[in-house]
Parts: sequence; C-alpha cells; structure tokens
Amino acid sequence: MSRAALLVLADGRFPAGGHAHSGGAEEAVKAGRVTDAASLADFCRGRLHTTGLVSASLAAAAAAGTDPAALDAAADARTPSPALRTAARRLGRQLLRAARATWPGAELDALARRFPKGAHQPVVLGLVARAAGLGPLDAAYCAAYESVSGPATATVRLLSLDPFDATAVLARLAPELDRVADRAVEAARRVADEGVDALPAASAPLLETGAQAHAGWPVRLFAS
Amino acid sequence: MTSTGVRAAARIVARGDGRGGTALPVLEGEGPLSPRRTRGSGAEARVVLVGAMSGPLGGDRFTVTADVETGARLRVGSAAATLALPGQAKGEARYDVRLRAGEEAELHWLPEQLISARGSDLSVTTRVDLAATARLLLREEQVLGRAGEEPGRLTSRLALRIAGRCVLDQELSCGPGAPGGWDGPAVLAGHRAVGQLLVARPEFAERPPPPRTLGTGAAVVPLAGPAALVTAVAPDALRLRRLLEEALALLGQD
Repeated sequence: MSRAALLVLADGRFPAGGHAHSGGAEEAVKAGRVTDAASLADFCRGRLHTTGLVSASLAAAAAAGTDPAALDAAADARTPSPALRTAARRLGRQLLRAARATWPGAELDALARRFPKGAHQPVVLGLVARAAGLGPLDAAYCAAYESVSGPATATVRLLSLDPFDATAVLARLAPELDRVADRAVEAARRVADEGVDALPAASAPLLETGAQAHAGWPVRLFAS
Repeated sequence: MTSTGVRAAARIVARGDGRGGTALPVLEGEGPLSPRRTRGSGAEARVVLVGAMSGPLGGDRFTVTADVETGARLRVGSAAATLALPGQAKGEARYDVRLRAGEEAELHWLPEQLISARGSDLSVTTRVDLAATARLLLREEQVLGRAGEEPGRLTSRLALRIAGRCVLDQELSCGPGAPGGWDGPAVLAGHRAVGQLLVARPEFAERPPPPRTLGTGAAVVPLAGPAALVTAVAPDALRLRRLLEEALALLGQD
C-alpha cells in the first residue's frame, strides 16, 4: 500500500480515456457561457459542488466497500441525462480496463463480469482505489479533482486559454475540493447505516440539458 | 411570535368509489394548508390546495401527503403560487411532500410555482413512491426572487421510486449561502426560473420516449426506469411554463 498510488491514479496521463471528455465545457463554451478564466472558474465551482460532490461520494462509498450494484443504481438515479449515463459507463469501462492491468485483483475482475457494458465511472474509481490500496478519502479526492480538471484542460483547447490561467483556476479551488472530499467521505459513512439514499443528489440543470444538446451535434471535439 | 414556527399538515387519500369514480375518504388540512375538492372530470377527483401562499416562513414545517389507492385517479393543483418568505423564527423552513400511487392508479400533481423571496430559507423535499403500473405527471417550478428581487436560499430535492426502485434523485441548491457556482455557467447561469416535469407511465418500460432538446435550456430525457424527466431553465416563470408545456406536448398526452 502506498499513498503515491493516488498520484498514479489521479494523473491526467493515466490511460483511462478521460481526455476525450470535456465535462460539459464544450457545450458551455459554444453556448457562450464560458468565455474566459473567470467564467471557467465559475463553471468548475458549480460542477464541483454538484456532479463533483455526487461522484466523490459514490467513489468514497465504493472504496469503503459498499455494494457496487447499489451504487451504480444510485448513480443512474442521479444522472437523468442518458448522454451522461452513457458517457459515465464508457469511462467506467475504460478505467476498469486500465486498472485491471495496473492493479490486478479479484474484486476488479468481479466488477468487470458484473458490468460487461461498464459501471458508472465514479463507482469503478472507488473500487480501483481499493485495489490500489487507497482509502475512501483518496477516492473522493480523485473524483472531485477529475470533476474540475477535465473541464479546465478541455477549455484550454476550446478557447486557446492560457494553460497558466486554467491551472490557477484549479489551484484556487483547492480549499473547496478539500470540503467536497470531506463531505463525500461523511456521506459514504452514512451510506453504511442508511443505504444509498444518504448519498448527495446535487444536480446542475444546465449540465444535464447541455449534455443532451451536445450529444446531438454532428461534429464535436469531445465525447461529452 | 413563537420561536419554533408553524407546524402544519395536509393529507389526501383517494380511493376508487366502486362506480368508476374516485372518492376522497381523507381530505384534511390545518393552519395554512387547506385542501379542497373541486369539480372533477370522469373518473378523476380534483383537489386544490388553498392558502399555501401565506407561507412557509422561516422555522415552519409543512407536510403534505397524498395517497392514491389502487385504480383511483387524483389531480392536485394549488390556488396560487407558494411564496417562501423570511420569518421571525430562526432556521430554515421545511416543506415535505410525500406522494404514493398504487397499482393502476394515476396522480397528477400540478401545483403553481414556488417563489423564493429575498431573505427566505426553505428546503423542499418531494418523494414519490409508485407501484409498477401507476401513472404520474408531476410539475415542479421554482422562481428565484419576485420580479427584480434577489432570491432567498432554496434547496429542493425530488426523488421517485417505482416498484421500490429509485429511478430519480435530484437536488438543486440555490440562493445566498448555497454551494458556490449555483448561478454560474454549469448550473443556472443567471436564469431565474427552473422547473421539472416528471412523467411515469408503465409503457415507457418497453418504449421509452426519445431524448429531445428544446434550445439549450430544456431537455426531455428517458430515465433509467419507466419514467421521463423534463428539465428546463428560463429567464422567468412565464417562459418556464411555456417550455414545460411544449415539452409535455412532445411526450404526448396519456
């Protein structure tokens, strides 16, 4: 067990396919809602406290040993957009493939058998964290960070934003990432007693409607 | 003024009357919540919630429950929009709605808008439990502030279970004190009206409605179960209602 495994898992170069997704940033940029570093920061902050919190809680609960099927169903209920459900399962499948080669183990094999079409990515992430010897807080950090690093990186390409500015956006969100990760772990603890209804259900209407609009575009740079 | 706020409950039970219509063996309310039966049509009983506009204020606890038993049909509306206002009592106000519909039952839950006035602090929770063959049409509209007014703090959670399985669980938090970014480009982007239509029909299990979008601010989506959700944001209540009606037309009438 090594904490450094977290660096491997959270590294944007970990081959799990995340770079092909913008986390809603592509649609927000095209719609004119994200135009610069300031609006990107606001976008990322909103995503962190909604999708990010839900993902971090799912990941923390999975890392703590909650039944992945129950968590996957809870993720479905918290993801009304079918485009986002499809994207989450595709990302889950890609992450599982990479992780089984990196940290092979019976639990990941069982997950792959149970979800041949892929489970929601945060659920997979939690189990991968377990396989890597990491804990619920590590898994929560990883999910929360991914919820903002994806859109920030994508926006650098979409707007030709200065990468220094995009990185500064992420750095300034650090205290809020801490709070979201803590809340996620607290929620995951409650799941042990109260079941998956105790998971946060924070939603972002424009991420949902935007994902559906984006899925209908004939040409796009990112898959979601 | 009390420091605890008002506690009020309303309860509706709809039951088949054995002659093809729907009876209301329980129709009771207290304080500011008063359900009244109005003229129905066909097999359906209609109820209007009157007086909800006088609250809730800070510290209040309102609970509304409706039970639609096997084969019964109930339609519930409200006489006016509900206005959340700041109160003398400390703490947030809570408004809990618990809806149940049995086999072959039908519930239309169509209240007017909830308006979050400046300085108010309200948490609304709507939980719906449906039997496998029940039908539902539920509308929820939130307006953030009266005309030109900054909104209060509003948290709204909507959860649907069908045959015991959770099909939807969504919470929206907005207003001063809500987690950051709520008014930003990922969440509301300055829109002051947000709403949802939740439609459950058993036939959606075999033939889910196709996803549709109405501009960037509204979408009709099939859920992971025999239900569909319309999510819409708009600059104001009027345009929100139009979007929701347009979306409902896409889903077709029952």
